[in-house]
Amino acid sequence: MTFLQFAFYCFAAVLVFAAAGVVTVRNPVKAALFLVLAFFSAACVWITLEAEFLAIVLVLVYVGAVMVLFLFVVMMLDIDLAELRAGFARYLPVGSVVAVLLVVEIALVLARTFSPERFANPPPQAAGHSNTRELGEQLYTVYIYPFEIAAFILLVAIVAAIALTMRARQRPDAKRIDPAAQVRTRREQRLRIVQMKPQRRPGARASESPGSPESPQHPDAPQPESPSPSSPPSQSTESSPS
Amino acid sequence: MTAIYTVIPLACLAAALITGLFGKRIGRRASHAVAIAGVALAFALSLVVYADVRAGNLFNDSIYTWAVSGGVPLRIGFMIDELSAVMMVVVTFVSLMVHIYTIGYMADDPGYQRFFCYIALFTFAMLMLVMANNFLQLFFGWEAVGLVSYLLIGFWYERDSATAANLKAFLVNRVGDFGFLLGIAAVLYLFGSLDYGAVFAGAERVAQQSVAGPFGEWQWLTVICLLLFVGAMGKSAQVPLHVWLPDSMEGPTPISALIHAATMVTAGIFMVARMSPLFEWSETALSVVLVVGASTAIFMALVGLVQNDIKRVVAYSTLSQLGYMTVALGVSAYHIAIFHLGTHAFFKALLFLAAGSVIIAMHHEQDMRKMGGLRAIMPLTYITAAAGSLALAGIPPFAGFFSKDAIIESARHSDLWGAGYAYVAVLLGVFVTAFYSFRMLFMTFHGKSRADAHTRRHLRESPWVVTGPLLALAVPSVVAGLMFFEPVLNGALFGDSIVIAPQHDAAAQLVASYEGKQGLALLFAALLHGITTAPFWLAVAGIGGAWYAYCKNPQLPAKIAAAAGPLYAILQNKYGFDAFYQKVFARGSLRLGEVLFNRIDAGLIDDSIVNNSARTVKWCAAAARKVQTGFTYHYAFAMIVGLFCLVTLFVWL
Amino acid sequence: MIPLSHYLALGAVLFALSVVGIFLNRKNVVILLMSIELLLLAVNINFVAFSHFLQDVAGQVFVFFILTVAAAESAIGLAILIVLFRARRTINVEELDSLKG
Repeated sequence: MTFLQFAFYCFAAVLVFAAAGVVTVRNPVKAALFLVLAFFSAACVWITLEAEFLAIVLVLVYVGAVMVLFLFVVMMLDIDLAELRAGFARYLPVGSVVAVLLVVEIALVLARTFSPERFANPPPQAAGHSNTRELGEQLYTVYIYPFEIAAFILLVAIVAAIALTMRARQRPDAKRIDPAAQVRTRREQRLRIVQMKPQRRPGARASESPGSPESPQHPDAPQPESPSPSSPPSQSTESSPS
Repeated sequence: MTAIYTVIPLACLAAALITGLFGKRIGRRASHAVAIAGVALAFALSLVVYADVRAGNLFNDSIYTWAVSGGVPLRIGFMIDELSAVMMVVVTFVSLMVHIYTIGYMADDPGYQRFFCYIALFTFAMLMLVMANNFLQLFFGWEAVGLVSYLLIGFWYERDSATAANLKAFLVNRVGDFGFLLGIAAVLYLFGSLDYGAVFAGAERVAQQSVAGPFGEWQWLTVICLLLFVGAMGKSAQVPLHVWLPDSMEGPTPISALIHAATMVTAGIFMVARMSPLFEWSETALSVVLVVGASTAIFMALVGLVQNDIKRVVAYSTLSQLGYMTVALGVSAYHIAIFHLGTHAFFKALLFLAAGSVIIAMHHEQDMRKMGGLRAIMPLTYITAAAGSLALAGIPPFAGFFSKDAIIESARHSDLWGAGYAYVAVLLGVFVTAFYSFRMLFMTFHGKSRADAHTRRHLRESPWVVTGPLLALAVPSVVAGLMFFEPVLNGALFGDSIVIAPQHDAAAQLVASYEGKQGLALLFAALLHGITTAPFWLAVAGIGGAWYAYCKNPQLPAKIAAAAGPLYAILQNKYGFDAFYQKVFARGSLRLGEVLFNRIDAGLIDDSIVNNSARTVKWCAAAARKVQTGFTYHYAFAMIVGLFCLVTLFVWL
Repeated sequence: MIPLSHYLALGAVLFALSVVGIFLNRKNVVILLMSIELLLLAVNINFVAFSHFLQDVAGQVFVFFILTVAAAESAIGLAILIVLFRARRTINVEELDSLKG
């Protein structure tokens, strides 16, 4: 057994152990830490595959950023840890059966299709070979548009995360519009009907009043109490508790 | 002449359209002017055509092809011969009289213009029927007069009884029309053509063919003739499809005169006469016609005895007289049937219009028990009604005598199966006819007035627009028999338009009895023959009996009615036809409809098919809803199952 | 040398573990999100392994994009989680059944 093989099996074992830990431990903080371990092991496994750049990215991005975010969230939320894992054992048999079946099936597929005879190990890369350079050449030439789109997706994710979680400012003098309240508004909130005696504007045309004898109020009369001067005159004749 | 033929019906149609569409705009006066002008034009041109036909100019051709379907051309055409010319004159004349009369009768009716539209339309339809040279056009006219009849019986559509009556007329006619339509279909099937000419020419060929049916082999022509006669039974109100005619008296009186006495109901008679080349090949059909006609003649006349509504008496007499015509058809005396049709049209229209005149005077009171003594107040109406009654009773020399006597004599001479029964029936019918017609006359015009005081104060003779047509109709009622007896008998009037097989020709023996006599001598011989044989004395006896029972001894009828008991009840119930139809057909179809609705529609279709499919969808949806638990891990499990299946697929491939 | 099938087996085991994790975990949405990350990691291992054995760098490019999208996904997922917690005061999966039919 070479060192490489030894390293792979070790990291693979750690990876499986950590993954099992993620899905089984009760404490979400511990789960997050197990996840960090899993990612770290996976990065090491990738190094055995000569994917150095991705391994570093995995560590930097995931272990450094995403997992911190997870831990942040887990700690921020006030979660009752005791009940979080209750009933776990109940579903364990079913889960185990499903897992075993899945593994067996995938193994069958792999064994039939990807035997070592058909996929020989490639020769190791030359000493001066740069995986990063190789990837970069591809990314910035062939995959330039997907790369741009990926960048945009990340930007959108940033904006979305902020937009989702940002609370409205609580300051009382902040000016805001509540569309729901606007839609729900009723006439009584906007219109007040007052009853008042007929008035005549000094110097108004006297001939207009007999034209509408049923309307006690002159249409052009000033209505200081009415909140809505544009409301039709006929409405103001209706009696209403004012 | 083709132009004239075309103008005759179209003048009436134009009048109908103008009064119908623009009646409100052009007003009452213009409406009746237009309608009368149209019908008067048709009448004048019909006289021209009649003279032309008498001069020997016959016409039989199609003038317009409406459509061609399956190689069968559907055409509009005219067959102008003696038969249709006579019918045209009769129809347009009676129609014209009714139009004029309507001005007076409907004077204060709000539906004045509508009424003129209908009767002009009716005249159009009847003319199309009469002038047709193919079965399709005949059927068109047939249905069109049925439609107008429906509209006119229900003219006062606010009255429930009127709408019920027009519905009844329409439904009963549908029964007949169904047979008629089947007959036409059979004609098309066997002859391959709807044109009269082709059909009559092929009658001999088809007469050899027969078809298997119930009770053995049936001659095809018998089947066709019976089906066509079913149509005639509906339209001409023969037993047992007669029930609509008395009820149709719900319509205005001019309509009763026009449609239900003079023209429309004679369509069946005309049709059978027109089909004489077919009927002559089938003795079975002739016997059926004979028996049905004889039964209608006697039994409907008996019902007429117990009616108290003046219009219903006339209506039952119409039924009875239609029976006489049908008897004439049955004994192959088609020309005599048409002769009676013509004379009957005149005197029956006269009687109806006279009855209408009385009704106007009595302020739309129709019960004869509330009339009486009108003779002094309405002399013109009385004289004309008396003339009509005498003609109806068959007293020489009035028109009805000649035609009815010829029918009775033909029935006597016929040796067709059922002729004996028919002879007895029509002979008894003479007595009954005379009795009820004079019962009506005596109850209405003689004796003391039984009207209430208010009505009595306002009694007066009707205006000239009413009495004018009465007088105009009274003239042919009196003289039509004298004028046309000879040409009818010696075949001059109808020429070759009617075909009578020699072995059926009962009327030929009648002609033979007057052998060698012509002109006045013939008329004298006929009158002499009439006076010396039973029918005349039966008629006189009927008149005398009516006089005794309703003038001399008015208490007698009530006593007889009480004594007759159940017989009287049967007559009052009109033999229970109405009750029977009501119970069996009306209620039966109602029950059937209920069953169909409850079981088939509500049960099978609505519930089993419609609701069940909805319910099935609901069940499926409810089952599918259970899958949607909303729990993430269930969805994850489903994903795993899917993945499992997919990978299994890979493993096996 | 390590054969390809061992890498693939490792990916398969990881994949199965994380699927079972999603399936078993009925209480905590955070663990759910972590399982999804593991799921992606298992796929990524396969990609990298094939990229290596086929001498084709496209597989690694793909992994690169997957990492990008996964990062975005977890960021938004956690944001939604926080909003959810604010609204419901819970992240218990068993209580989140508004979509129940």
